[in-house]
Amino acid sequence: MSEAAVQTGIARARAGTRPAAPGVDTASILAALADVADPEIPVVSVIDLGMVGEIRVGADGIGVDLLPTYIGCPALDVIRTRVEARLRAFDRPVEVRFDFRVPWTSDRITPAGREALRASGFAPPGPALPEAPILIQLGRPVDCPNCGSDRTSLENAFGPTRCRAIYHCTACQQPFESFKTI
Amino acid sequence: MSVAVLPALALGELIRSMADDEFVIGFSDSEWTGIAPLLEEDVAMSSLAQDELGHAAALYGLLGELTGTDPDALAYDREPGAYRHCRLLDHGRGDWAMAIARRFLYDSADAIRLEALAGGSWAPLAELVGKLIREERYHRMHAGAWLDRLARDDGEARARLIVALKELGPDASTVFTPLPDERALTEIGILAAPMAELEDRWRASIGPILAGLDLPMPPDAMDPAGGRLDHGEPFRWLWGEFTSVRRAEPGVTW
Repeated sequence: MSEAAVQTGIARARAGTRPAAPGVDTASILAALADVADPEIPVVSVIDLGMVGEIRVGADGIGVDLLPTYIGCPALDVIRTRVEARLRAFDRPVEVRFDFRVPWTSDRITPAGREALRASGFAPPGPALPEAPILIQLGRPVDCPNCGSDRTSLENAFGPTRCRAIYHCTACQQPFESFKTI
Repeated sequence: MSVAVLPALALGELIRSMADDEFVIGFSDSEWTGIAPLLEEDVAMSSLAQDELGHAAALYGLLGELTGTDPDALAYDREPGAYRHCRLLDHGRGDWAMAIARRFLYDSADAIRLEALAGGSWAPLAELVGKLIREERYHRMHAGAWLDRLARDDGEARARLIVALKELGPDASTVFTPLPDERALTEIGILAAPMAELEDRWRASIGPILAGLDLPMPPDAMDPAGGRLDHGEPFRWLWGEFTSVRRAEPGVTW
């Protein structure tokens, strides 16, 4: 299927000129995307991270908008490729694009995603306060994902990837990472 | 708004200047990977560098859509004289005080520029800027904390910081070099105010911070119109570094 044909399909789908075939709807696409893991933190999916924006379904194509966590995250292309590959199971043209209209924030991470992060040793981010200074945000108590203590301190606002900060727990004496509040 | 009515030339110059700024400061920061004074700063500067190169890639992508040009070609295939980053970024790596002074001056100016573009009338740029602002807050926090730390030292760190601010100061306001035909951008609501007015806002924003630490304010630019031209030897060296792979193997991809 050519790019032009995909575009035409998407445009038709948006215009609602043809009903979606049975078996593909927003719910089934969301369920499929729950299989697509983040390449850098594979315990969470693109659904857990709140990266999925608008979904368009039509007889001629499926369109999905993804909200990038960080603009230049090197994993974005991998994520797009994986989402496209997963959606091909529906056997119709697929268009996946990145969308900045709704800025992704760490508040979009779902409760299930937060629990999965915690279980794998990442403290989930606190609520974003767009007007508060960064150090105030990151300096708020973060519970240690290893022992649960709140006797923790920020070591570095910058970590091994753009979305992670480094903390230290004075109770269990272990370093740990947190997903940054943004 | 349709692309047909856009002041495409002025808009292209604006996006190119922003993309080149982010690209060049990103590569400058990446020079600290492995040699920063603390392990934490190796990580921090590498992360900042990756952010800035990501921002540059997004802006080159936007410019590519506007002009029909390959974003990689925009980033890597121009001669040094065709880059339009500001001269503030042309001083070479220097010492750690230089790195912090450069980041503080650039980040504070970039924040004012981004504010003036947020909510602008051309959605693709305004939307990207909304996301940039969230990420740049981390950069300002980093530069501000280090400026404070170096300035409050009563020995070598403070002395070096003052030397760095005096060297960079005369070029600091080049971030606000007037763009060709920028009136077209303010009239159509893409840019909220002329660059000269943004420079005033920037000076008002950093004045209390520098005064509070008894540090020198940047003087007025010596050549206000030429602030994004004539890049000099340190940039030629950096250009040679960041284009070396591309030139050794044209068309190479990861």
